[in-house]
Amino acid sequence: MLEIKCPYCGNRSQNEFAYGGDATVKRPELNSEISDQDWDNFVYYRKNPRGNHLELWHHISGCRQWFKVMRNTATHDIIQTMEMKENL
Amino acid sequence: MKKYSVFSLVKNALNHHKDWDVAWRDPEPKKEYEAVIIGGGGHGLATAYYLAKYYDLKNIAILEKGWIGGGNVGRNTTILRSNYMHDANNLFYEQGMQMWKGLSQELNYNVMYSPRGILNLAHSDAQLNAYARRGNSMRLNGIDAALLGREEVRKMIPFADFTENARFPIFGGLLQPIGGTARHDAVAWGYARAADDMGVDIIQHCEVNGFDIENGKVIGVQTSKGNIKTNKVGLCVAGSTSILAEKLNMTLPIEAHVLQACVSEPVKPLLDGVVTFGAGHFYCSQSDKGEMVMGGDLDGYNSYAQRGNLPTIQHVLTEGVALFPNLSRLKILRTWGGIMDMSMDGSPIIDKTHIEGVFLNCGWCYGGFKATPVSGLTFAHTIACNEPHELSVPFKLDRFHTGHLIDEKGLGTKTWIS
Repeated sequence: MLEIKCPYCGNRSQNEFAYGGDATVKRPELNSEISDQDWDNFVYYRKNPRGNHLELWHHISGCRQWFKVMRNTATHDIIQTMEMKENL
Repeated sequence: MKKYSVFSLVKNALNHHKDWDVAWRDPEPKKEYEAVIIGGGGHGLATAYYLAKYYDLKNIAILEKGWIGGGNVGRNTTILRSNYMHDANNLFYEQGMQMWKGLSQELNYNVMYSPRGILNLAHSDAQLNAYARRGNSMRLNGIDAALLGREEVRKMIPFADFTENARFPIFGGLLQPIGGTARHDAVAWGYARAADDMGVDIIQHCEVNGFDIENGKVIGVQTSKGNIKTNKVGLCVAGSTSILAEKLNMTLPIEAHVLQACVSEPVKPLLDGVVTFGAGHFYCSQSDKGEMVMGGDLDGYNSYAQRGNLPTIQHVLTEGVALFPNLSRLKILRTWGGIMDMSMDGSPIIDKTHIEGVFLNCGWCYGGFKATPVSGLTFAHTIACNEPHELSVPFKLDRFHTGHLIDEKGLGTKTWIS
């Protein structure tokens, strides 16, 4: 069982959370020159690292806030959690 | 290779089984090969076998970082089916189903192919309509399918919950009679033995650390057992694809996720086919040893760990008990996990890459086992002829650019939901 530290509620069990995927994916800027490749990368292509992965989680059965988690995909260790506005 | 037969069995039995040959050699890698297949799982072994058999490449190596059959080919729930809706999937997987029929004879190895039928249950009128549509799509492609009503399903699985207060009452189901199971380890071992017999070198405990690329062409691979020269490299490393792709400067439309499965303690024969629960994600069959083999959802977060967490097992088995209440009396014998290449449209990728001589076979999500023969055949064609097999044309990588996705479930790019 993962124990995830919600930045607002503290440690809670995995059951309370929903996963939101890779947090490093950036939507192309509005009104700028965007190539097809930029869109492909945004929609489909993922770094998919073995090791530390910055990802989104949603405290869906708790405070319902979205937040960021740095988690190791090989060991499932959670290194750090942070609010959406925070960066590493 | 000495042929396995009833006579060889009797002869060796009289000899106290002391004289059986090894099933495959354990060679040291040569300096150079015509083709190198990375990954000694089902797909890699099958690819090497068909390359040697149909495409006249004899000097082939399979490089496996662990031992053959230790990855997903030994971790799946052994289900064979071709009950898809899209033509590309139907035609591709049905070719595989036809190949399963004669596989034991072809490999001279009993893969315990058992076409016991797969039944997808429907729990509402709408779902039964959707299954009718899928069944029609299958039949238009020449694949037998039967739409069953509640009473017909009850005859097949009377121990399912048919009570009045079932939370998800059974309305009917879609049956593919030719669906079934095969012994997954035997598939790996059978292909390994047959490939070895044609001169393929199966090199275990040999990890690929890098590629030698010159002027956009591959000229060799760097391994833990030294450098090997080759002009053709096939990647069959589902679960680790992104890690090797990174060494080729490729990013792929794939995420790695862990999928768990479990078996119960063995019991007397209860369930003769494969049954899937339609109101959630749970599927079940009974192995020849008597264990109930069960699986369901992904754990639902990126993972390269070949193990998962208990909440998912609990969730999946809750659905199992909702369908078959008598499962609640069974003890779970074993749970395990494997890493899935979850592609962004739920369909596999078989293609060339931007580097000449490097070929890609990945993105099988959790449907790779049933495709083992047809994946090997089409990937061998891609490697040998430097162009896709006609059945695997729809599974090219550029579909994520052109928009010709094969999104069977219509789930989009949230791979962890499927």
